[in-house]
Amino acid sequence: MSEIRTVGVCGAGTMGSGIAIVAARAGCGVVLYDTHEESLERARRQTEGFFAKSVERGKLTRDQADAALAASRSTSFLADLAECDMVVEAVFENLEVKRSLFGQLNEICPERTIFASNTSTLSITEIASGCGREDRVVGMHFCLPAQLMKLVEMSPGLNTSDDTFKAAWAFCEAMGQRPVKTQDTPGFVLNYFLVPFNNDVIRLIEAGVAGPADVDRAIKAGLGYKMGPCELLDLIGLDTQVLLCEAFYGVTDDPRCAAPPLLKRMVAAGHLGRKSGRGFFSYDRDAMFGG
Amino acid sequence: MTSYAIVDTGGSRSFPAPHPFLDGADPEGKVTVYLGAGAVGAYRSDPSKAAILVELGTECLGEATGEGAGLEGSNALGFARFRLGDGDPSDLVELVRQPATDPTSVEIAKAILEAAGLQVSVCGDFAGRILDRLIRPYYNEALTRLDEGLATAADMDLTVKLGLGYPEGPIELLERTGLHHHHDVTRTLFETYGTRHYAPARRAVVAKRRAEREQEQ
Repeated sequence: MSEIRTVGVCGAGTMGSGIAIVAARAGCGVVLYDTHEESLERARRQTEGFFAKSVERGKLTRDQADAALAASRSTSFLADLAECDMVVEAVFENLEVKRSLFGQLNEICPERTIFASNTSTLSITEIASGCGREDRVVGMHFCLPAQLMKLVEMSPGLNTSDDTFKAAWAFCEAMGQRPVKTQDTPGFVLNYFLVPFNNDVIRLIEAGVAGPADVDRAIKAGLGYKMGPCELLDLIGLDTQVLLCEAFYGVTDDPRCAAPPLLKRMVAAGHLGRKSGRGFFSYDRDAMFGG
Repeated sequence: MTSYAIVDTGGSRSFPAPHPFLDGADPEGKVTVYLGAGAVGAYRSDPSKAAILVELGTECLGEATGEGAGLEGSNALGFARFRLGDGDPSDLVELVRQPATDPTSVEIAKAILEAAGLQVSVCGDFAGRILDRLIRPYYNEALTRLDEGLATAADMDLTVKLGLGYPEGPIELLERTGLHHHHDVTRTLFETYGTRHYAPARRAVVAKRRAEREQEQ
C-alpha cells in the first residue's frame, strides 16, 4: 500500500494533465502547477471533459468522477506544492529547467517528498544533481496519452535510494499503472528504440524505397502493429520528433538519432502531422483521445 | 484477374504450405511466377508476358534481371511474403519494382496477389526491402541493450507491447523465430550497406555458431 496521498504535478501540458488525471482517478489529492493560467484553465476543461466521458462510457461512476474532480486543484504558485508527498515534473524537456525546478521545490517541500521526473530523454542523475535531495529523485516516464496508457518506465538515478525507488514503484502500482524498471540511459527503453526507428522510416521514404502508405501497410500487415510509423509520427508531431532527435543525438552521437533532412524540410513547410492537418498523410479533422 | 503460371524451383519461403495463391495457378497463364529458393537463377526474360514475378530471399531483383545506369526495368517484379525466421509467413507481400518497371505489370501483379487474400506494399529494389531494412537495426539494438542490462528481457518486451501496442516484444519474437535466422539476414544487409546497425548482434552470432555446430554434429 502506497503512503503517497497528495501528488503535485508540474506542467499543465498534455503529459502533465494526463498524469494529474491518473493520480486523481486513483484517489490522491492532486495539485497541478503551471506558470501559465491559460494552460491551467485548458487542463481543467480537458480534465472535466475526460471524466465526463469516462462516466458516459461506464469506466467511472458519477460519484468517482466527482470525487476525483473535487480532489484536483490547480495553482500558479509553486509554494502550493508544500504539502505534497510526491511531485512529478512534466515541464519543458530541458535539463536546466528541470534542475532549477527541483532545486526550488527542495526549499519548499518537506523532507519526505519524493521528486519524480517524467523526462523521456534526459538523465535522472543529472536532473537530480545539486537539487539537495538526490537520493529522493526517481525517473517516472509515463506514455502518451498518460490517462489511457498503463506503462510507466521507472529509472533510479545513481544516487536514488532503494527506499525511494520502492516507494515510487508502490505508488505507481497503487495508481493502477504498470511500472517497468530501466537503467538511467537516454530514452530508457521506449524512446531508445522508437526515435531512431522512426528516423529510419523517414530516411527510407526519403531514399525512395517506398511511400508512407506502403511503409505503414507493411508494418501493420507484416508485423501486426496497430499503427504504422508514419501515422504515429503524424500523431506525435513532426516538430516534436525534431526535438526528440536533437535531445537524443546530443547525448548519444548516434547518426540514427540525428533528424533526417526530409523531417526538417517537412517541419519547415509546416507539415507537422495531425496538428497542422498535413504530415505524411492529410487530415480533415483533429481527433482527440479521451474517456 | 490475369491468369498466372507457377514455375516452382522448390523450397519457397513465401508459400511453404497450401495457399489460395498456389491453388489459383493456371499452366497457360499470361503471367509467370518463379517460386522457390532458385527463383532468381531460374528467371528468364519474356516480353510476351503481362508480368513476371520472381520470389526473392535476401537478393535484389537486379541479380536476376541485371541493372544498367539506374534505367533498368521491364515486366519483371520481385516479391517476398514477409516472414521472420521459422515463423509463419505473414499476409504481407513486398512487391519489388525497378526504376523503369512497367506500371501495368505492377498493377497486374498486385491484383493477382490481392486476389489470393494477401496485402501488398510496393517498394524499390533495395536489400532488405521495407521491413528487414527497418526492423533489423531495432532487433540488433534490443539484443545489444539486453546484454548491457538496460532492462530484463521480460521488461523490455512488456514495455514495447504496453507502450507501443506491438503484439510481441523483440526478444521473445527473435527467440521464437530463431536468432540464427536474424544473423543471416543482418549479415547480408551489413555486407550490402556496411553500416554498423546492420552488423549482427552478439547474441545472434552466438546462436548462429551454435546452429552451425549442431548441424555439423
